Amino acid sequence: MSARRIFARPARFAAIAPYVWMVLFFLVPFAFVLKISLSQTAIAQPPYEPVFDLTAGWDALKAAFAALSIDNFRLLVSDDLYVFAYVRSLTVAVTSTALLLLVGYPIAYGMARLPRRWQAVAMVLVIVPFWTSFLIRIYAWINILQHDGLLNQILLGLHLVSQPVVWLSTDSAMYIGIVYSYLPFMILPLYATLAKMEPVLEEAASDLGAPPWQVFWLVTFPLSLPGVGAGVLLCFIPIVGEFVIPDLLAGSNSLMIGQTLWLEFFTNKDWPVASAAAIILLVVLLVPLLLYERLQKRQLEQGR
Amino acid sequence: MTDELPRTDGVANAGGGDPLPAARQPLLRIEGVAKTFGTFRAVDGVSLDIKAGEFFALLGPSGCGKTTLLRMLAGFEAPDEGRILLGDKDIAQALPHERPINMMFQNYALFPHLSVRDNIAFGLKRAGMARAEIATRVAEMVALVKLEGLERRKPDQLSGGQRQRVALARALARRPQLLLLDEPLAALDKKLRESTQGELMELQRRLGMTFIIVTHDQEEAMTVADRIGVMNAGRLAQVASPRELYEAPLSRWIAEFVGDINLFDGETRLRDGHRLIIGTRDAGTLVVAEPREPVGAGQFSIAIRPEKIKLSRRAPVSEAGRETTINSLDGVIADVCYLGGTTTYKVKLDSGAIVRASVANSARLDVDAYSVGQQIVAWFTPDDCLVLPS
Repeated sequence: MSARRIFARPARFAAIAPYVWMVLFFLVPFAFVLKISLSQTAIAQPPYEPVFDLTAGWDALKAAFAALSIDNFRLLVSDDLYVFAYVRSLTVAVTSTALLLLVGYPIAYGMARLPRRWQAVAMVLVIVPFWTSFLIRIYAWINILQHDGLLNQILLGLHLVSQPVVWLSTDSAMYIGIVYSYLPFMILPLYATLAKMEPVLEEAASDLGAPPWQVFWLVTFPLSLPGVGAGVLLCFIPIVGEFVIPDLLAGSNSLMIGQTLWLEFFTNKDWPVASAAAIILLVVLLVPLLLYERLQKRQLEQGR
Repeated sequence: MTDELPRTDGVANAGGGDPLPAARQPLLRIEGVAKTFGTFRAVDGVSLDIKAGEFFALLGPSGCGKTTLLRMLAGFEAPDEGRILLGDKDIAQALPHERPINMMFQNYALFPHLSVRDNIAFGLKRAGMARAEIATRVAEMVALVKLEGLERRKPDQLSGGQRQRVALARALARRPQLLLLDEPLAALDKKLRESTQGELMELQRRLGMTFIIVTHDQEEAMTVADRIGVMNAGRLAQVASPRELYEAPLSRWIAEFVGDINLFDGETRLRDGHRLIIGTRDAGTLVVAEPREPVGAGQFSIAIRPEKIKLSRRAPVSEAGRETTINSLDGVIADVCYLGGTTTYKVKLDSGAIVRASVANSARLDVDAYSVGQQIVAWFTPDDCLVLPS
């Protein structure tokens, strides 16, 4: 099929547009990163070798290919520092996502049960924080969490603690920051599925003898699983690679993979190791994505 | 359908308007129940007794409070006033899952993530029934509503009629003391609705259970129910058997709501034995039978159902040996509406008023049919007239 014929039919073009997008902005850059991850660092510009030079002729290109190696990947899986960073990233992401689900679900449920008019208001309230820069909001949390910050003043004022609690540079501060920042991404997909659900299904369950907790567990929750899946993915994947929040709020004794990447790239100027770290991160993230897709496909097939 | 289903003895009901044993304590007693939403009084002091084994219909236009009343029986709304006694127990404030009452929902409310079998078993599992017993009961219910072979399907893999059956089986599975049906057949097409009405009645009779159905379809209410409660503006306007409701409505509103009716406003001129002579503006002087409840002088509406009005080319002659007075009205056929089994004629009287007459098409050939513009006499007997307060 010629290009002219494809563009002559808008529907056809619309069908292939996502693939063009994926190739241009995902696959090509990915190939660059993959290639750098197989290179060695060098004091040069760019700071790695070999460099593919298409003008240097066939033999030079062959030599460049031969110079690629998987040494960087060997280093990453053998050095505890990197392994710990991956494990910590996954731990933080799992914990944060669980916390987000615990906090976000009741909010989304409450929103979905509000009168129609108020649902729109609640929606705006959830989205409104996005109007302020993300960094400013994290800095605001530093202010709230510091030694004489708002949180400690409240705790002292209520006599819940006798002396200020150290929040900053702890995991607690990091989790507060992450949950705060990602909450809308958990609430919105949950709200969308819960608002769509007919309340009469819950009535039917209670009519058939289910006390409230069973109504939730046997009917509401299973029916909201698509929203749970979407919310979990929307939060989990970016949190694994999160850099800013742990850097500003958590202590510096254990790093997440995002921070390690940053160090390798900007401090050590080791582009190949940084690239290899990014590739591994991508593979680690692909696993839950593929799982989710399979789950969704199965649900679609069942629904037919 | 299977026959090995247990049935409660003694409450089998022959249908129609047969009275139930009078000594029986009502299964359900609704006492002065009221419910207000904001400033809107949805249910305004309803009292009603439902006997065990009865098929009761709540009939009324939309917004009359019938659904709210049903939801209070199910426990989804708590009444602001009054009591709801099931047996001797006041259940007005009990939660839905604490009541031995089940409901079949208007759009069935089947759980989309559960199979037919799990939908039916849902209530049984909540009752803590043993696994084997649940399997037996589900199989029984599946056979009862003729859904064999579909147990593993999900609701969206079923037709509308099949979904309706699943909903019914699910509501019946726990063998509730009282089954509530909220417009259960509204989503079905006419043919299927009619056959399902018959099945519902047979089921109710065979299981000896008590059904309360909410419907806005008067034909449906008349077909299935032993008694009908007509609701209007939050109140019960009349509770009666289908026949009584149709032939002896208590008010002009009920007469107009249930079936079609011709109304003439007038006032009493004379009382002659059991006959009242009433002067009307639209139909001249009419002779009507005196109602059971004696009425004083004053303004009345005379009501006649269209099928009680006969049409003929000439005025009818009283048969020899029978003392009959006949009301006859001269007019012209203004409109003919052929409906298959019957034909509805609109007759324009000399006064300009329109009278509707419904005539059975008892012969295949149209020898008896009248055509527009034809001079006609519309007549009816005094006994076919109702006298209603205006």
